[in-house]
Amino acid sequence: MGGPDSTARGILQAIGIDARVLAMLAALIAIWLAFHALTDGLFLTPRNLWNLAVQTSVVGVLATGMVLIIVARHIDLSVGSVLGFVGMTLAVFQVTIFTPGAGWNTPATIGVALAVGIAAGAFQGWWIAYRLVPAFIVTLAGLLMFRGGAWMLTSGRTLAPMEPDFQVLGGGLTGAIGAPASWALGLGASVIVVALALRGRQRKATFGFPVRPWWGEIVRIGLWLAAILGFVATMNSYLQPRTSIPMGIPVPVLILIAIVLAMEVMTRTTAFGRYIYAMGGNPEATRLSGVDTRKVTFILFALMGALAAVAGIIATARLNAGTNSTGELAELSVIAAAVIGGTSLAGGVGTISGAILGAIIMQSLQNGMVLMGLPSALQSVIIGAVLIIAVWIDVTYRRRLTRSPT
Amino acid sequence: MTQPLVEMRGISKHFGGVVALEDVTVNLFPGEVVGLLGHNGAGKSTLIKILAGAHEPDGGQILVNGQPVRIDSPRAARGVGIETIYQTLALADNLDAPANLFLGRELRTRFGMLDDDRMEQATRAVLDRLKIKLRSLKMPVGQMSGGQRQAIAIGRAIHFEAKILIMDEPCAALGPEETAMVGNLVKELKRQGIGIFLISHDMHDVFDLADRVTVMKGGKVVGTYRTSDVSQDDVLAMIISGKLPEAQMDLGGGR
Ligand SMILES: Nc1ncnc2c1ncn2[C@@H]1O[C@H](COP(=O)(O)OP(=O)(O)OP(=O)(O)O)[C@@H](O)[C@H]1O
Ligand SMILES: [Mg+2]
Repeated sequence: MGGPDSTARGILQAIGIDARVLAMLAALIAIWLAFHALTDGLFLTPRNLWNLAVQTSVVGVLATGMVLIIVARHIDLSVGSVLGFVGMTLAVFQVTIFTPGAGWNTPATIGVALAVGIAAGAFQGWWIAYRLVPAFIVTLAGLLMFRGGAWMLTSGRTLAPMEPDFQVLGGGLTGAIGAPASWALGLGASVIVVALALRGRQRKATFGFPVRPWWGEIVRIGLWLAAILGFVATMNSYLQPRTSIPMGIPVPVLILIAIVLAMEVMTRTTAFGRYIYAMGGNPEATRLSGVDTRKVTFILFALMGALAAVAGIIATARLNAGTNSTGELAELSVIAAAVIGGTSLAGGVGTISGAILGAIIMQSLQNGMVLMGLPSALQSVIIGAVLIIAVWIDVTYRRRLTRSPT
Repeated sequence: MTQPLVEMRGISKHFGGVVALEDVTVNLFPGEVVGLLGHNGAGKSTLIKILAGAHEPDGGQILVNGQPVRIDSPRAARGVGIETIYQTLALADNLDAPANLFLGRELRTRFGMLDDDRMEQATRAVLDRLKIKLRSLKMPVGQMSGGQRQAIAIGRAIHFEAKILIMDEPCAALGPEETAMVGNLVKELKRQGIGIFLISHDMHDVFDLADRVTVMKGGKVVGTYRTSDVSQDDVLAMIISGKLPEAQMDLGGGR
């Protein structure tokens, strides 16, 4: 434990920023500036950033769960298909079974969607946890089965339109909360950030643990506040095309933020969250420590199913239709987001916040290439190359950090 | 004569066609160290894994403090005061020391959340008792030395006040200094009345620490002797031949 340290590393430590988070932020800013230049100023506009935020929410929601699945040394290839299956199922219920226009229609539809997603995840989790079929195989089968199931529900027919109050969840022109509510949320979040920081210091002090220096704390809080309020200001600066009223934070982004917070709290403060990481580090030791690792695995996959349902709700609301191809190839973006965000495929290592950064990076690349008008074949080639390079950088970085070859 | 802390009677276990243990009987008294000796594959680890709840025996009986107990899970073993330090260090390398020490038995706050502050404090207290100095408790244990990692495994047993401690080759990965540290710890725990099963291939260590030795070969017990009654050469001969040297009396469970 050194004294005050004026090296770059010491400064980062005082502020509490991980070098790899900093590197990802730097990469993100570089990507944004590059696209801004390449698109003649189309990228960093309120409209595009607002769209980028909405686009990120589906992949982001899935990535919060995928991180934990990969941390626990599993994989889930079925998330895109489960998303599509849930989306199709909920459209069948909302459009053809439940009463159109009834106030209970949308809440009931959401309930059905979550139940179907959890059931799909639990089904796969049961094969993996209790029948010991590798997750790669079970979820590869799931990828086929749930995509096929989505088609079979309506023989491939698209169902539309969705209820107006359901569409709000997708972040269309009606799917944002407006400027006043956005500012209120931003200010509320700022107050909470400050309060948590102060409480954390106080608790550390009572236990006699080292606390970071005051200047580091102030810089840290300042960065958080700038990020929160800057985000709100950006979302508010996008004006609804017809009325010129500020849009504010899109509803799907609020859903993503709520899920990220809930998942972060879960991984940091519950035994379930800790066991996921322990299993990734040493499954046998975790079992010998008396942890019911099968149950943890089972619940984890059911949780992933629930997240796929949320993503299915957002995607279907955004399209304003249930189609059997919704979410195709989403599993690839999600796994890429997790891996770019620092999740190790060897298990045990990965953070939700990292995966969200990874999702923003992935989505920025896709969004920017579309703005540039690149053909989609070339887009695939570039995304593939980025994935390899990102993981190569990560592997190299990790090898230099760790002494043991774990 | 005091009552044995642990008696394992007539334990047998096979894996498919491989007979790993056949009618094995051992016992352990409070404040006693019993060394388990035998060649690779003799069945030592299998025997103590049964006591630790990691394997279920095919036959036989386990008594703790004279009461028959059913140990069908690691949790059940811990429930009767048995703590285990495994041959392959059973730590999650990516987690920090407190998370490992409390794995499966986390301290919770009033609201059922993990109480990391209290776990960190308790870990510090235990490691202080073991005279282990760590730069930071927050670093993943994968970045610690073998001795420091072993101390966490031992610290777990101490914190949860084990009555019976199983150590399967605790020094296999350690340097001489760290081995001496573990040796001192064993003596300290012994003074506190804890019973210890010690598995080691190092005859010196075993004769230094153990009160009795049980020699195993091919899944059977060759014999049990007081270390004061036999020489290291005798024991070595038994490990190799699997037979009693002539003119030696089997002292069995006697003391
Ligand atoms: N999980 C298992 N599955 C199948 N066979 C096993 C298993 N565990 C142990 N065995 C077999 O049981 C026998 C006893 O093994 P055990 O690990 O108990 O030996 P040991 O005395 O601890 O040896 P060492 O000194 O090498 O640690 C060996 O023949 C081994 O191959
Ligand atoms: Mg062994």
